[in-house]
Amino acid sequence: MRVTVDLGACQGHGVCHMSAPDVFELDETDGHAIVVQDPVPAELEADAQLGADSCPERAITVLT
Amino acid sequence: MRIVVVGASLAGVRTVEALRRRGSDADVVLVGAEPGSADGVAADRPPLSKAFLADAAVEARPLTDRERLGALGVELVHGRAVDLDRDRRRVGLHGGESIAYDRLVVATGSTPRTVPGLEPRAGVWTLRTAADAAAIRAAAPEGARVVVVGGGFIGAEVAWTLHGLGRSVALVEPLPALMVRGLGPELGAALTRRHAAAGVDLHMGAGVAALEGGDRVTGVRLTDGALLPADLVVLGLGTVPETGWLASSGLDLRDGVVCDERLAAVGAEDVWAVGDVARWRHPRAGEDVRVEHWTNAVETAGVVAANLTGTPTVHDAVPYVWSDQLGARLQVFGRVRPGDELRVVVGDLEDGFVAISGSEGRLRAAVGFGALKALLPFRKLLLAGAGWDEALAAA
Repeated sequence: MRVTVDLGACQGHGVCHMSAPDVFELDETDGHAIVVQDPVPAELEADAQLGADSCPERAITVLT
Repeated sequence: MRIVVVGASLAGVRTVEALRRRGSDADVVLVGAEPGSADGVAADRPPLSKAFLADAAVEARPLTDRERLGALGVELVHGRAVDLDRDRRRVGLHGGESIAYDRLVVATGSTPRTVPGLEPRAGVWTLRTAADAAAIRAAAPEGARVVVVGGGFIGAEVAWTLHGLGRSVALVEPLPALMVRGLGPELGAALTRRHAAAGVDLHMGAGVAALEGGDRVTGVRLTDGALLPADLVVLGLGTVPETGWLASSGLDLRDGVVCDERLAAVGAEDVWAVGDVARWRHPRAGEDVRVEHWTNAVETAGVVAANLTGTPTVHDAVPYVWSDQLGARLQVFGRVRPGDELRVVVGDLEDGFVAISGSEGRLRAAVGFGALKALLPFRKLLLAGAGWDEALAAA
């Protein structure tokens, strides 16, 4: 699984990080999501999907 | 196994999507009755009081459609549930048909509250659907005088959005400040001052005595006698859970469908609830809560889908709500509860700030306004279940 963040759509809610802290970090300056596990290890796939689902801006794409 | 999800807004749509993602091979039926929608499926609601309300060129984003649901093998039924027969496991629809289920997910959400004398009529609107928002926008052309009744998140956002379009906007709220229920009195007061400074005509601590005008509203008479002329009145009086169709079901209904920590309806292992309509025992908060926020709808959908696919899961997320107004983003993690201690830990209330609140030695909420970066560490502390002193030490 791979995940990508559309930084044009990301508004820095940070909800992805709350759902999947090991997959999504937040940029210290603007709070934008940063993927820190790419590809996503199998044991984190459920978290990553949850993080993508939780994005209010639908800025996260999951590729399986 | 046949799973019927009643309600095709965020929580219901995300439930059927999550069921399939988790590999459920059940027959899945989604029943939707969103007013103004051609197929009964709702649009994503957050923009409706923000960008969609402000700009006719912004299109509503349907949460799904028949084609996408079909690709998931989900049957969409455009119909309104009117009753529930739990003995026969059937959902009755308006028009007389009924749908059988093995598992039922209640996702009927909530509906705008009205009070006697303050019901929608010509010139008087509530805001829930894309159709509502489009109608409000159309009813507020240049030069229109708008009165917003209710100073919660929706009322404040609507006032700010229409003010931003150059409309003359007055806002009436019986409490002393805006957004008190969501932010507590101190933060509410701080943002109230900023709305006032920006030119929104605020009437705090004022009640509505009557709507003036005959068939069409012409103004709002306040309890102190003042008259606010109005071409358009928007009611933002909060919402009530949509449980009328469950009245004779025997389910425990107390301001929502009462559920356990897993979102199973209490006393009914085959009925679950998601989104605004669910009241559940929150493990972290240790009390029964009902949460009307976007994020909660998504999270509850995931929890119920997990439970229905063999992964026992409790709903223990920290609530999150955001609001766009005053030219910045307001973010609330956790709940600012009445009487909890409040401390501004970053910035000050007249500018960007982070404030935390807590009680009984626990950090309970972190609130940021135009201060995402500074909010991040406090959000982390909240998720970690940090103590109040630990949170203060991080300031």
